[in-house]
Amino acid sequence: MLNSLKNLWGWLCRPSAKYTLGGLLTVGFISGIVFWGGFNTAMEATNDMDFCISCHEMEENVYREYQNTIHYSNRTGVRATCPDCHVPKDWQHKIVRKIQASNEVLHKILGTIDTPEKFNAKRMELAQNVWTAMKATDSRECRNCHDFKSMDYTKQGRRAVPQHIKAFDEGKTCIDCHKGIAHSLPDMSKVDATQAIGSQ
Amino acid sequence: MKFSSILKATLISGALILCSTPALSEHVKSLRGNAALDADSTNIELKRVQEDRAPIQRDYVQQPPLIPHDIEGYTINLKFNKCMTCHSWANYREAGATKISQTHFADRTGDVHANVAARRYFCNQCHVPQVDAAPLVENEFKPLPSIKQ
Repeated sequence: MLNSLKNLWGWLCRPSAKYTLGGLLTVGFISGIVFWGGFNTAMEATNDMDFCISCHEMEENVYREYQNTIHYSNRTGVRATCPDCHVPKDWQHKIVRKIQASNEVLHKILGTIDTPEKFNAKRMELAQNVWTAMKATDSRECRNCHDFKSMDYTKQGRRAVPQHIKAFDEGKTCIDCHKGIAHSLPDMSKVDATQAIGSQ
Repeated sequence: MKFSSILKATLISGALILCSTPALSEHVKSLRGNAALDADSTNIELKRVQEDRAPIQRDYVQQPPLIPHDIEGYTINLKFNKCMTCHSWANYREAGATKISQTHFADRTGDVHANVAARRYFCNQCHVPQVDAAPLVENEFKPLPSIKQ
């Protein structure tokens, strides 16, 4: 075993006497493109709504909730799908998120949220994970489309204008106010006193 | 034998009722209008919700104030009440909204709670947004001078 490893190492370190440097470079260059392209294609394949809802945990819960919202159906027909909000666009942050997603594969295997009851029991924790991440990145994924620098306040509703100006002045970010815009919220009376019913 | 005679009687009486209905249906107009089933009905113009306007004046005492904005996608369920994110006592000042009436904090026994009572929780049972629709019939109703602003 050790011997064969040593042989392999020797083979990798020894200069080639058989092939030209040009030939090796060309082969290396082409296979580099092929492998890199293949890697990115595989990653993009997991960055697709159809892939996300191939798991029933997503299809039966969050996907159905999202179908009633403006990010699914709206007047202009522009749809924001799962990865548009939940996976960063730029490569550096995207690969970090993809590595984190391996934890989701583990919980898929463990069946942590494999019934609606289990999902709802964990909804607060799952929602808070997203809120924390959005807050930390200044709602980066929202801003891929909704950049406040591009907002025309004169085109907004009379109630939205003062709220947006004030919130941005205070350094707030989208998720501070716009929670639950695409999925059902957890029991908010646990985090917001105004949401309690009666004397709760 | 007896069963079949009952069945017969039922069928005959059923047929009689069915025969008498055409007279009724002459007075009933379906939502499709008079379009034949295999023909396209004419499009009805959709009424648009008034998206964002100034608060609407009340017309009579104890009228639930109308909602002067669009409420599409506003969730009201046991876990969340979107209206309260602006209209609650804690949030109305910052949001520039009308605050929820304290009468809504009392339950049916008259006990006043710290938050909206369960029987008043579903806001859009009484408070409704408006669409741009002309009244279907003439209305001569005049608000009381005492509440007219």
